[in-house]
Amino acid sequence: MSERLHALIARCAREVAEQQEAPVAVDLAPETRLFGREGLFDSIGLVSLIVMVEQAIEEEFEAVVTLADERAMSQKRSPFLTIGSLADYADRLIRDAT
Amino acid sequence: MTLITGASRGIGEHLSRHYAARGHRVIGCSRSPPERPIEGGTHFEVDVRDEASVRCLFAGIRREHGRLDHLVNNAGVSSMNHSLLTPIQVAQRVIDTNVIGTFLFCREAAKLMRRHRYGRIVNLSTVAVPLKLAGEAIYAASKAAVESLTGILAREFAEFGITVNAVGPAPVDTDLTRSVPGEKLDHLFARLAIPHMGTFEAVANVVDFYLAPESDSVTGQILYLGGP
Repeated sequence: MSERLHALIARCAREVAEQQEAPVAVDLAPETRLFGREGLFDSIGLVSLIVMVEQAIEEEFEAVVTLADERAMSQKRSPFLTIGSLADYADRLIRDAT
Repeated sequence: MTLITGASRGIGEHLSRHYAARGHRVIGCSRSPPERPIEGGTHFEVDVRDEASVRCLFAGIRREHGRLDHLVNNAGVSSMNHSLLTPIQVAQRVIDTNVIGTFLFCREAAKLMRRHRYGRIVNLSTVAVPLKLAGEAIYAASKAAVESLTGILAREFAEFGITVNAVGPAPVDTDLTRSVPGEKLDHLFARLAIPHMGTFEAVANVVDFYLAPESDSVTGQILYLGGP
């Protein structure tokens, strides 16, 4: 599931970047930072990415998850920091939901 | 594609028929089915306070239609009573339906609308907010919250090509206003520039304006009817 999630998040990230008219030129790896210093997105871009990933998970995994839940907000290290950390967090939520 | 909450009766039912007649694909939802089916429309029984049901409704719309152009947040309940005699359960139900329900639908609709970078959201407020009517503390407070949501969501959603506006009708002849004593209504009308019952058509006229593609720079607005 982990590889599928990485691919799903990378695809969503490229789509959001294109919508923001700032296409991603680099390869997207698990350690690619999504926000903050050297991150791909500003705050609005990150909001769009989270929504798009939730919808894509619903379509591909048939699981309704809320990525930006209280658990995510209360973690010391944000699960939204990199593609890998988001994939790991989504993986856990999908397992809980199914 | 137009979604209308509280579509089984009153203003919501009128708007559903109005937009179905104009060729919109109308999806209505409310806790109970409409007495007469709406031609050209689909109806779902959903409690607007129930997040799981609301998300399920939007997942269905996304799967079936892939888009949503318009949302009219009409579902609402009222409580006409002195605040000293308002049970907390009643206050909670009014806040949950009018504020949380509106927020949930705005949030889920915007997720869908942002895909096409186009959307129109219209929330229902009331003249009871500017008139500060005695006996409507919780109802007016809930609608004041809806107005505040409208203004802030207009800013948050502008990025996605979505406008958010509100209309505050004068009392229209619905189940909601029928529970208000005549003397209270007379007192209310005395404070309006146009001192009589509002009409469904007047509400639809404002919603038409907000939904028009040309209204793309109209957002964060509250328009009251009757001249409070």
